[in-house]
Amino acid sequence: MNSDSESDFLRFANVQKSYDQKNLVVKDFNLNIPEGEFLTLLGPSGSGKTTVLMMMAGFESVTSGEILLKGESITRTAPYKRNIGMVFQNYALFPHMSIAENLAYPLKIRRIPKSEIKERVDRYLELIELQGFGGRPPGQLSGGQRQRVALARALIFQPSLVLMDEPLGALDKKLREQMQLEISRLHKKLGFTAIYVTHDQTEALTMSDRIAVFNNGVVQQCAAPEVLYEQPENAFVAEFIGENNFIFGVVKEIRSNVIEIEISTGEMVRARKVDDCQIGSICKVSVRPEKLFLISEGSQDGSSDNNVITGKLLLRQYVGDYIRYYFELPDEKEVVVKVLNDHTAPNIDRGQTARLLSKENDCFAFMAD
Amino acid sequence: MTQLPSYYKFWHKLGHYSLKFGAWSVLFFLILPILVIIPLSFNAEPFFSFTRGMVTLDPDSYSLRWYNNIVTNDNWLLAVKNSFIIGIFSTIIATILGTLAAVGLSSQYMPFKRVIMLIILSPMIVPLIIVAAGMFFFYTKFNLAGSFAGLVIAHSALGIPFVIITITATLSGFDRTLYFAGLSSGASPVRSFVDIVVPIIRPGVISGAMFAFITSFDEVVVVLFLAGPGQRTIPRQMFSGLREQINPTILAVATLLIAISVIFLVTLEVLRQRSNRLRGLEGHN
Ligand SMILES: Nc1ncnc2c1ncn2[C@@H]1O[C@H](COP(=O)(O)OP(=O)(O)OP(=O)(O)O)[C@@H](O)[C@H]1O
Ligand SMILES: [Mg+2]
Repeated sequence: MNSDSESDFLRFANVQKSYDQKNLVVKDFNLNIPEGEFLTLLGPSGSGKTTVLMMMAGFESVTSGEILLKGESITRTAPYKRNIGMVFQNYALFPHMSIAENLAYPLKIRRIPKSEIKERVDRYLELIELQGFGGRPPGQLSGGQRQRVALARALIFQPSLVLMDEPLGALDKKLREQMQLEISRLHKKLGFTAIYVTHDQTEALTMSDRIAVFNNGVVQQCAAPEVLYEQPENAFVAEFIGENNFIFGVVKEIRSNVIEIEISTGEMVRARKVDDCQIGSICKVSVRPEKLFLISEGSQDGSSDNNVITGKLLLRQYVGDYIRYYFELPDEKEVVVKVLNDHTAPNIDRGQTARLLSKENDCFAFMAD
Repeated sequence: MTQLPSYYKFWHKLGHYSLKFGAWSVLFFLILPILVIIPLSFNAEPFFSFTRGMVTLDPDSYSLRWYNNIVTNDNWLLAVKNSFIIGIFSTIIATILGTLAAVGLSSQYMPFKRVIMLIILSPMIVPLIIVAAGMFFFYTKFNLAGSFAGLVIAHSALGIPFVIITITATLSGFDRTLYFAGLSSGASPVRSFVDIVVPIIRPGVISGAMFAFITSFDEVVVVLFLAGPGQRTIPRQMFSGLREQINPTILAVATLLIAISVIFLVTLEVLRQRSNRLRGLEGHN
């Protein structure tokens, strides 16, 4: 994480939160966010994502630590003085105001002249492609349209920071994908800094500049999507982001950053060392289903510099664009392999064994808990 | 008339019609004593029953003399004035305090919510005579018995539960994030409350206020205990009228009260529908 705190736009320094003065919901939260970044907080339910956002918006107090915006502490600033835009999961459009009045409200509060308000409302209606909807009450809009209005209302007073708490959670899959594009487009165009909360990891991977993976009130890893996916820093991230296989074995050899373990088939698997493991201890190796290659029994190619795991096929699942193979190892753990549905997809029958190849660089060794 | 299902046998039909008869009778007996008052209040004679002339619809048997009696009798005029003064002031107090209490009590994180709710609602649950007796002894200590202030406070306490109940019902559909959205738009807490919370819960506030007013307006037990001769209200005046000078003036007053109640009920219903619409319960139109 970069420590150049002066240039950071938003900074969390040792932020903690407890609702009951006993248990910390957020423990020692540290994060630096440069201006213009699209940062996503991703984590399982109850991990404290909303709590962090609420503290940033000022709706919840900070138990200890500081939140700094452009170098100045906003920890004790009243929410309505923070000038931070916020998009809520359930839209939170004012039902007694028309769409145009909803958009005008933040401007009216800021005593912007009437003519300018009108001009800006029109411009933002155009931006969200809802020209001509200004006079309607929110109740007459579809979910996607309402969410676009909520987005425009959070942006219209041109805040430098916009918070979004699962803004697409209430939409169906197709609309959600459409809105993801829409939000990305507005972010590129208007250049605000965005903090986005979701527990949908696909959404996080596709939209973010960086993702902070959250668990138990601690940031497990904060990195660009591809780094998070390709180089998880701990077992939680490896398991939480995308799909992962975990193969258990005994540590036999440790070289500077490569670990060699013996798995239940008796085969040796080399993996990149993430956690510090002792020789002789049990450890688990993660490898993604799409990073495993299927070679039917007998063929010899590629085994020299690859890890080889022999497994018995349990189930072949036809998904459409790809095929999933479930293999069983002698220790009864399952290994999933994803193969693109093209001519390379091998035909194996249930009960047959096959060899699964993987590169050392795609395997990560973690301490088994 | 709805068509009875074709598979109905004799006993089914008998059951159906008995139920219908029963239901109508209950309604009839509920409403008849109230309806009967209205024509009787126009009685030209000082009787509480229909005269021959009234039955034959003879115009001479009807008169407005009992209504005239109200406006010319100082006792009645004072009672009307008192009722409105006490009613209006106790409604204002009950509405403000009740609204604030309802907003606080509907917060998810309010501690001891149930206990506090129970205490505030207790005047509605405890028999009124006990409340009144308690108030009498308590208020006497503070020189509030026999004063307008005492009655206003007492009636506010009786009205608050109604305000809380109606506003809590409105707030149950109120989404707190709307208030947060106001704050994040830059509005101060007071401004957000006024601009966003109040318009949305307004129908609940108004119906609560009406309930509070009606409660005060037809309350007699507490008034019997607390009011001095200068604070006689309409119900109190009717009560003594029944014992001292029996004549249909009481019926004329009662008719006016019924009219007021009906007007209030209709207003309430209109407001209720409006609130449903605001909360999007009626869907799109
Ligand atoms: N106002 C509150 N009072 C007490 N506890 C709370 C409050 N808000 C949240 N919590 C608790 O804090 C923890 C974190 O909650 P939070 O809402 O931040 O999680 P989240 O990551 O946003 O989860 P989700 O994905 O389900 O929205 C949870 O255990 C929750 O029960
Ligand atoms: Mg949340």
